[in-house]
This record gives sequence, C-alpha cells and structure tokens, in this order.
Amino acid sequence: MQDAKELKQKLHPAMVEGDHTFASVSDKIGDVTLKRRTPFHWFIGFGLAFLVAQLLLFTIIWLVTKGIGIWGTNQPVGWAFPIINFVWWIGIGHAGTLISAILLLLNQKWRTSINRFAEAMTLFAVACAGLYPVFHTGRPWLAYWLFPYPNTMGIWPQFRSPLMWDVFAVSTYATVSLLFWYIGLIPDLATLRDRAKNKFFKFVYSIFSWGWRGSARHWHRYELAYLILAGISTPLVLSVHSIVSFDFSVSQIPGWHATFFPPYFVAGAIYAGFAMVLLLAIPLRRLYNMRDLITDTHLIYMGKVMLATGLIVAYAYVMEAYFGWYSGSQYEWFMIKNRIWDGPYWFFYWLLILCNGLSIQLLWFKRFRESEIWLFILSIIVSIGMWLERFVIIVTSLQRDYLPSSWAMYSPSVFDITMFVGTLGFFFSLFYLFVRFVPVISIFEVRTLLPQANVHGRQQDFDESVLEVEYTYDRTDPPNS
Amino acid sequence: MADNIYGIMAEFDTPTEMVDAARMVRDAGYTKTDAFSPFPLHEIDEALGIKRSILPYLIFAGGITGLLTGLGLEYYVHVFDWQIIVGGRPAFSLPSFVPPAFEMTILFSAFIAVFGMLFLNGLPSPYHPVFNVPRFALATREKFFLIIESTDPKYDYAETRSFMEGLGAQEVFDVEE
Repeated sequence: MQDAKELKQKLHPAMVEGDHTFASVSDKIGDVTLKRRTPFHWFIGFGLAFLVAQLLLFTIIWLVTKGIGIWGTNQPVGWAFPIINFVWWIGIGHAGTLISAILLLLNQKWRTSINRFAEAMTLFAVACAGLYPVFHTGRPWLAYWLFPYPNTMGIWPQFRSPLMWDVFAVSTYATVSLLFWYIGLIPDLATLRDRAKNKFFKFVYSIFSWGWRGSARHWHRYELAYLILAGISTPLVLSVHSIVSFDFSVSQIPGWHATFFPPYFVAGAIYAGFAMVLLLAIPLRRLYNMRDLITDTHLIYMGKVMLATGLIVAYAYVMEAYFGWYSGSQYEWFMIKNRIWDGPYWFFYWLLILCNGLSIQLLWFKRFRESEIWLFILSIIVSIGMWLERFVIIVTSLQRDYLPSSWAMYSPSVFDITMFVGTLGFFFSLFYLFVRFVPVISIFEVRTLLPQANVHGRQQDFDESVLEVEYTYDRTDPPNS
Repeated sequence: MADNIYGIMAEFDTPTEMVDAARMVRDAGYTKTDAFSPFPLHEIDEALGIKRSILPYLIFAGGITGLLTGLGLEYYVHVFDWQIIVGGRPAFSLPSFVPPAFEMTILFSAFIAVFGMLFLNGLPSPYHPVFNVPRFALATREKFFLIIESTDPKYDYAETRSFMEGLGAQEVFDVEE
C-alpha cells in the first residue's frame, strides 16, 4: 500500500501543500487584499512600473500631436514596431485563456491556483496590444470607424479583409476574457465582502459581488455557465491568434504567405504566454509567501508546457526554411536566404534561434525544470525570443520584397522604443493594482482542492477503512487465544 | 415569533454532514429548501433534488442569434447595400465571412452565459433574509448551511425546528424576514 500511495503522490501531486483548512486558505489569499499592510516592495514595484508607464503617456501625446511619422515605420516596412508589439502582447495573453479554459476542460487541477492572475495577465496584455493598432490608425479618435455602424458617409467596413477579422477577434477576445475573469471573481468578492471591516471596501465588494450568497441553486447555474464559457473560450483563443496570423498569411508577401501560420502562431503565443505567467508567478509566490498554493509542481508543469510549445515553435522554424527551399519559388527562397544568412538582419534570426530554439532545451533536464531561478531566466529569454520572432517575420519579409528598387532598411525611432517600454510599465502597473485590490488566487476553487472538500472523501475514506480492517485484524487474530 | 420567519437554518462543519442532512430533509418531504456552501458541491444537487438549469439552451440560442446576426450583417453590407467585387469573388463570399460570424457567435453566447446565469439566479440581490443570521457571513468562508423556508407546505415552526435540530447540525437558527 505504501508503494501505491507513493505512485499516487507521483501521478497526482498535492496542489495545495501544508495543513490548510477552508478558513486558512480564505484568509491567506484574502488578507493580502484586506488585512495585511501593503508591503514596502509593492510601493517600490508599483512606483517603478508607474514611472515607466509615463513613457507611454508621453509617447502617445507626442504621437497624437505630430502623427505617426515620429515612428521609424517607413516604406516598404509599413508594419513595424506597432504590429510586432501588438502580436507579442496578444500572444502573451493567450496563456491566460489556455490555463483558465483549456486546462479546465482537460480537468487539470493545477490550473486552479494560477488561473486568476493568468487571466488578469491576459486582460492587461490585451489592453496593451489594443493600443498599437488604434494609434497606428493615425487618428485614434476615429477608431470607431472600424466597427460596422450605419453612418452618414454611407460606407461599411470590408468584411473580407483579415484586418477586419482582427477587429472582431480581438474585441470579442477582450470582452469574453473580461467576462470570464469577472464571473470567476464573484464568489471571491463575496468572501471579501463578508470579511471586510472597512466600511468603504465592504460597500465596494458588495456592489461587485452582486449579493452572492453561495446558494446551491446558484452554484449549479454558476458551474454550468463557467464550464460553457470555458468551452466557447477554447475555440475563441485558438481563433484569435489564427486570425492574427491571417493578417500575414492572407497577404502575398514571401515569408508571410504560408498555410502553417495559424498553428505556428498559436503555439508561439502559448509559449510566450507561459513564459510571462512564470515571470509573474515566481516573484508573486516569493514575495507573498504563497509557495504552498503555487507549488514547485506548478512551476514544473509550466516548464513542461513551455518545453512542448517551444519544440513546436522550433519545428516551425525548420519547416519555414524548408518550405522556402522546396517551394521552388525564387522569391520565397530569396527571402529565406535574406532572413537567415545573406541579409542585414541575420544576426536577429540567429539570436531568435538561440533564445527560442536552443535555450529551451535545458528544460529537458530536471535540474533546470525544478529550479525557480533557471525557470525565471529562461522565461525572460523566451519572452525576448518571441519578440525577436515577430521582428524577424515582419521586418525581414518586408524590407526586401519583389521590387529591388523599393528595398530599404528599417530601424526603430526612439519613440518606437519608448512606446514599447511604456506598455511594459503600463502592464506591470495594472498588475500591481490587481495584486493589491483583487484576490490573486481563486479562493473558492482552491477550497475544492482540499481533501476535506470531498463529500465522503472517497480515497481517504478508503485508505482509512483499509487501515481499520488491518487494525481490527491484528487485534482479533488469533481469535481463540 | 413564528410569523416573521423566513426559514430555519442549520449550520454544518463539513460538506459530508450537510449533504447527509440534505438527503434527510428531502426524504422528510420538504421541497422549499436550499443549501449554502463556500464552493460548488456537486452532491448537493442530487441530495436536494435540484433540477438541471435551462441555461445551456439559452446559451445555445444566444450563440445561434450571434451567428445569424454576424452573417446577416455581412450579407446586408456586401450583397444588399453596397457590393464591392474584388478579385472576381462572389458578393456573398462565405469563407471570408466565417471569422466575423464565428466571433459574433462566441460573443453572444458569452454574454448570455454570464448575464443569463446572474438573471436566473435572481442576482443582483443586495438584500436577502439569510444575511440576517450573523454567522451566515461564514458561508463564503468555511461553513455549510441548510435552510427550510417557511413557505414550504410541510413547514410547521415547532416541528421543523425540532427536525432540524435532530440533523446533527452545529447550531440551528431562525432566519428572520
């Protein structure tokens, strides 16, 4: 029986470590927002992030004043930093939905303690992503023209265009992610409402928890709604990055016009997203002492997902080069040569291979997978690598296309860089606010992970009854002595 | 005392105790009952005889509405109102109409899922009699509560209360209206 227990422990490791009760998990997670003094590192972190976010404000003001000419975007590289950063951010968001929806459908218990902040990450990443196309339109105050509405100009958007699909996909994705995140929050906000002492916060949490009281009938409908939302978010998240990849693959630029773009982009999105989840989870569990809830097992699993998606992405790089050669098209083959060794950006290509293809191989080894520090470092490398991937795909395809007379080089201007760094600050500021005011881990779902949440705690009762039988047997045998 | 009572509530420490008690309540013939727990308990649906919600059908209807809205909009714009023929493609070019219509399907069903759930649950309800029990604040934290409402046909204050006290509850409360 000891062996069986060990095997079970290995196959289904405990997702909550330590002796937790329903009350202790509620307090541990809830008190970060309610009771504990805001820690000093929070002020430092938020202050820094908020300061960096001012770069975004500054850039946007200058951008709206002068126009998008202040960016390095030129002809023929008409899509540069804005779309690189757009795709990078939106890809990061995908891991949040993957964790909350797909892993729920697959009944992966380890999603439970990381889904809340991963979903928050999704929301904030989509917010950052959305800024780029809106400001790239040049006149962001007319961005509502993107939506089909009856107007006096008598014009409609072109629904056959992938850019239009993008508008629908990204706005639906942002809305559904917000709904999914919020519906998950309602029971936890009710927990905070019932525990808050401060009148103001009690009022705010009351409003946002809609008077939730945990009735069995409510839970029944709630679970149905949650499961169906997960079911519809799964095709949604896959469709969003597929559609983002259509922005490229529906065009006829060599290096973009490829049928394998949707799966390639989706895998890359999940890869980058898990890197960001790790970048957020590791400091979070350290600074807030949450190692019993976000356990080492969680990090190892995320490392494995990163390895798997990283290998898919590496396979895509190999196939991309192979297609260029096998196509027999001189333009495709020229693009590959230009991208990999003959062109001016070869360095970035090899840096990308180093970051995304080679560094990730370390995760085959237990030593790296089980080390917080290494996972953190690798996540930074992967985030850089995924950014480089979009840079390479976009810039090397555009800068030398069919007509040599229109070839040109691309380099970002200082405003491209401040805008990108600014969105990083914006993202982390939002995340710091989230950590301060909203429970970072789903409290009610963590309660369901505890052994005492099982009605008649099946496996446990079984183990205990086996022990009892053995015990009785010892006592009564031999019966007639 | 007994006329301004919404119901009689029992508090339990563990989900197992509450589900067992709920089965006894149901077997005793009470129908206007409810249970409160800090997390979803699947066993309670069967124990209290809660029927499956119609919510999934509503969401399906919402999804179909979204799909038809998306396709209808595209048809109106590109076939009926203003045809732009590009690259010899037909005015009603279905394959390229799929992505927006698909996103509309998802959007509509998500809205119905969330707001339909809240609507069927009767939320928002800032006031509810159960909140009058001070210990009920623990229902969102660690305790489990079972209630028999006074509108139940079998309800009789003295009898129901003594029945509830016999369920092995931690404590039994009168819930005032």
